[in-house]
Amino acid sequence: MEQVKCECGHVNPHGTVFCESCGKPLEEQGEKSLLDMRYEGSARRSQTYKRTIVDQIWAFFSSVKVGVALIVITLIASVIGTIFPQEMYIPPNVNPADYYEEQYGWAGKLYYELGFNNLYGSWWYILLIALIGVSLVICSLDRVVPLYRALKRQGVKRHPHFLERQRLFGVSRISDMDQAVALLKERLAKQRYRVREEDGHLLAEKGRFSRWGPYVNHVGLIIFLIGAMLRSVPGMYIDEVMWVREGETKEIPGTNGQYFLKSEKFIFDTYKKGEDNEVFNAAIDRVGDGMIAENYQTNVVLYKRVGPTVAGAKPELEKVKEYPIRVNEPLKFDHYALYQVDFRLNEPKTMSFQLTDKQSGKTLGTVAIDLYDPKETYNLGNGYRVELLSYFPDFEFDEDGNPSTKSRVPNNPAFVFKMYAPDRPEGEVSFVAIQQTLEPFGDNKYKMAFAELETRNVSGLTVRRDFTLWILGVGGAIFMFGLVQGMYWNHRRIWVQRVNGELWIAAHTNKNWFGLKKELHRLLDGTGLTMPADRLEERKQAGQGGQAHGTA
Amino acid sequence: MVQLSSTLLYISFVLYLIGTFLFGGAIRDKRKEQQGKDRWSQFGIAVTIIGFLAQVGYFVTRWIAAGHAPVSNLFEFTTFFGMMLVGAFIIVYFIYRLSVLGLFALPIALLIIAYASMFPREISPLIPALQSDWLHIHVTTAAAGEAILAISFVAGLIYLIRVVDQSKPSKRTFWLEVVMFGLVTTLGFVIVSTAFGLSGYEAKFTWIDKNNQSSEVEYHMPALVGPHKGELAKESAGRLDPLVEMPAIINAKKLNTVIWSLMAGAVLYIALRLVLRKRIAAALQPLAKNVNLDLADEIGYRAVAIGFPVFTLGALIFAMIWAQIAWTRFWGWDPKEVWALITWLFYAAFLHLRLSKGWHGEKSAWLAVIGFAIIMFNLVAVNLVIAGLHSYAGT
Ligand code: HEM
Repeated sequence: MEQVKCECGHVNPHGTVFCESCGKPLEEQGEKSLLDMRYEGSARRSQTYKRTIVDQIWAFFSSVKVGVALIVITLIASVIGTIFPQEMYIPPNVNPADYYEEQYGWAGKLYYELGFNNLYGSWWYILLIALIGVSLVICSLDRVVPLYRALKRQGVKRHPHFLERQRLFGVSRISDMDQAVALLKERLAKQRYRVREEDGHLLAEKGRFSRWGPYVNHVGLIIFLIGAMLRSVPGMYIDEVMWVREGETKEIPGTNGQYFLKSEKFIFDTYKKGEDNEVFNAAIDRVGDGMIAENYQTNVVLYKRVGPTVAGAKPELEKVKEYPIRVNEPLKFDHYALYQVDFRLNEPKTMSFQLTDKQSGKTLGTVAIDLYDPKETYNLGNGYRVELLSYFPDFEFDEDGNPSTKSRVPNNPAFVFKMYAPDRPEGEVSFVAIQQTLEPFGDNKYKMAFAELETRNVSGLTVRRDFTLWILGVGGAIFMFGLVQGMYWNHRRIWVQRVNGELWIAAHTNKNWFGLKKELHRLLDGTGLTMPADRLEERKQAGQGGQAHGTA
Repeated sequence: MVQLSSTLLYISFVLYLIGTFLFGGAIRDKRKEQQGKDRWSQFGIAVTIIGFLAQVGYFVTRWIAAGHAPVSNLFEFTTFFGMMLVGAFIIVYFIYRLSVLGLFALPIALLIIAYASMFPREISPLIPALQSDWLHIHVTTAAAGEAILAISFVAGLIYLIRVVDQSKPSKRTFWLEVVMFGLVTTLGFVIVSTAFGLSGYEAKFTWIDKNNQSSEVEYHMPALVGPHKGELAKESAGRLDPLVEMPAIINAKKLNTVIWSLMAGAVLYIALRLVLRKRIAAALQPLAKNVNLDLADEIGYRAVAIGFPVFTLGALIFAMIWAQIAWTRFWGWDPKEVWALITWLFYAAFLHLRLSKGWHGEKSAWLAVIGFAIIMFNLVAVNLVIAGLHSYAGT
C-alpha cells in the first residue's frame, strides 16, 4: 500500500488529508480555509479506492448521502402505509380486494392493487430496511477504523498550519511563557481535561469516548435488525391463538402437548357509577354507565404433562400454578406467555327441555343436552324416552332448503327429536329450534318444551414464545447507550503551543461550540491571554457585508 | 381536589401569558447590556417558573384525585406536552439565557394548552390496556422527548423570522406564512370551540354509518357539512341544515370542526394582515433582529441532540416494552406506532444531514419546523383522524 511520509516523520496511509501525528495538511489547498476535522482527516477506504466493483459498492454504501436517502425513502413509504388501514386491521372475514374498494372507492382499489395494504411486510419495504442495515455496517467500518487510528496517533505538537486553520484560534504575545503554560495546565486539569505535555506544548482532551457514540448506536441498531430478522427462523417465534371455555381443559397450542390450560372463570367488569371513584362519574355519564371496560380476566390453572405422550390416551397432568390472566398481566412460564386478548360471553353450553303432554301440560321428565356432546338417547323412566335423531349446532337452511349447520359452535342449536311414550310406542317426531317447533308428520301428543339454557364464557388467549426478545433488548440497550454517549458528551480538544515566541491556542469540539467557548472563557479568565476567536463567525460576518443573511 | 387542580392549571396559563409579555419587554428594552441579565427577563423567567410549578401542582393534584397519572386522554396528554415544553424552555433558558426564546416558546405552549382544553376534560377511568405503570413511564418520556424536540422548532422559527428576507415575496416568505397560518388556525379552533361551547350550541343528527346502521351524532358547531344521510333530530329543529352531505367513511363532525377552524383561522389571519399591513413574519421580524443567528442555530441543534435520545427511549423503546406486555407484540404497525417511527427517522435524517452535508443555519431551521409539524401531526391528526389502537376517545 502506498504511504505518505510527513515532514514530522510520521508515515500516513494513502488518502490521509492531514498528518495523523502533527496535523500538517498533506495536500495544501492553497488558501487558508478551515480544516475539515470530521474524521480527523483520516484515510477512509471509500474516499481512497474507487477502482474495482467492490470499491464502488463500498463507496456507495458508505456515503451518508445514500444512507440519508434510504432513511427518507423508508420514511415516505411508512407514511403511505398509514393512509388506509393495513390489512391486519380490517375486519377478518372480508375479502380485502372488495373491502378496500367498497370503503375507499377508487383510491382504495389502487391502494390494494399497489400492494400497500400489506406495505410493511412487502419485499421492497423489507429490502429498504435491509439496505439501511448494510449501509450502517459499511459506513461505520469505513470510518471507525481510520478514526480510531488517527485519534490514537495524534501527536501533542502540531504543525502551525493545523492550528491556524482551526475554528477557534488565537495568538498571544506574553513575556512569561512558562508560567502561562503551567497555569493553563493546572486549570485544564481542574476542568477535567486529560493533559499531555511535550516540549512545553500542551494537548488537553476530554470526552474522546463520545466519538464512538455513533458507532456504538449503529451496532445496537444492527443487532436489533438481526433480532427482528431472526423471528422468521422456525422455532424462534411462536404466535398461536387459543379459545378456552369455562370449565374446559385444553392443550396449549405451540407447546408440543407439554402444557394444558384449564379456565376456571372469565370475568368482564365495567366501571359503574356508585361503585367506582366519584371523579369518574362525569366520564361515565358521557359514555354511558357500564360502557367503559374495567377488567378482562381469565382465572386459569396451568398443567404440565407428566410421562410420555400416548396417542389416544388421556394425558396425565400435574398442576403447575393458578393465575389470573389479565390485560397487561400475562401468564409466563417456561419462555411462554399467555395473554388475555379476546372473549365471548354467554356461549350456550347445555339446553334443557321438558317432555310435556300438550293437552294436560303435564311434565314427564327433563332432558339436559350437552351442546358439545349430545347423547343419542335420553331415558326418562316409566316408558318415556327421547331419541335425538339429528342435531344442528349452528342451524340454517342450506341452498336446497334442507336443514344444515354452519359450524360446530352452538350458536343456534336445532334438534330433531323422537319422543317415545307408553301410549306412543312408535314415537313422535318433532323439530325444535330456537323460537320454533315443527311437527313434520302431523299433530303430536307430546312436545319438548324449552326449559333453560345454561351458558358459559369463552376466553380468547394468545400464546407467545419469542426467543428473539433478548436480542432486541440487547440491541436496544446498546443503541440507547451509544446515543447518550454520542449526544450528551462531546469531544473537546485544546492545543496550547509555543510558536516563534508567541503562545498559540486553538480548540476544537465535535459538538456544542457554545459550551467549549464558555469553557475557554473560564480557562483564560484573568490570564491576560487572548481569547481564541471564532473564525467561522468572523468569516460569515465578513462575507455578509452588513446586509441580510442569505441562504446558508 | 379536582377543583384545585383545574384552578392551578388556569393559574399557570395566566402566568405563562404574563411571562410572554415580560419576555417581550426584555426584547424591547434598549438599555439591556448583557443577554438575559436585564430586569424584564429576570421577571419573565421567574413568572414562567412559578407558572410551571403551578402546572406541576395541577398534574400532581389530578394524579391524586384520579389515582393514575393524568396522561390517559387527549386533554391530559396534550396539556402535559405543553408543560414539558415550558420545562424544556426553562432548562434551555438557563443554559443560553436567550429571552427571545421565551417570547416564542411560551405562546406556543399556551396555544397547545388551550388546544388541549377543547377536548373533554373530565377524569376518565382507565380501560384495561392502560392499567399499567408503563402508561406513565412511556407517555411521560415520549412527551418530554417531543417537547425538547419542539424547542428546536422554536429556535428554528426565530432563526427563520430573523433571516428570511421580507422585502419581496418568495418561496421562503410563503412557507413561513404557512407556519404562521397554522399557528393562527390553532387559535381559530380554540376561539370557535369556546364560542360555540359558551353559547351551548347543540344539533343532533341521525345518520347512516358505513355498515348501514342508523346512529346518532351530536354537533356542537353549526353543521356546514353533515353526516351521511343525516337528518336533524326533532329536538334540534331550527338548527342549521348541512350545506353538504359527506359519504359514510368520512367523519363529518370532525371535518366540520376542521372547516370552522380553518375559516376562523383565515378570518383572523386576514384581519391581522390588514392591521399589520405586512406579513405576520415580517411584523415579528423586529422582535428577532438582535438574535445571534449562530446561537439560535446552536440551540436548535442542541435541542435535537438532547431530545432525540429521550424521544427514542420514550416513544420507541418504552413503547415497545409496554406493547409487548399489553398487546402481546412489541410492534404492530399501528398508525401511531408508525408515526413515532416516522418522527424518529426524520430526526435521524436531520442529524445525518447536519453532520455530513453541513446543513446548518437556515436549512436546519426549516428541518426543525418540518419535524415539529410531524410531531403535531402525530399528536393531532393520528389521534383524531387515523383511528387505531392508540386513539384516545377524542370527540
Ligand atoms: C435509522 C437509522 C440510523 C440512526 C438512528 C442513526 C443514528 C445516528 C446518530 C444518532 C448519529 C450521531 C449523530 C450526531 O452525533 O449528531 C449518527 C452518526 C452517523 N451515522 Fe447514523 N444512524 C442511522 C443510519 C445510518 C446510515 C444508514 C448510515 C450510512 C450511510 C449512517 C452513517 C452515520 C455516520 C457516518 C455518522 C457520523 C459519525 C461521526 O461523524 O462520528 N447512519 N447516526
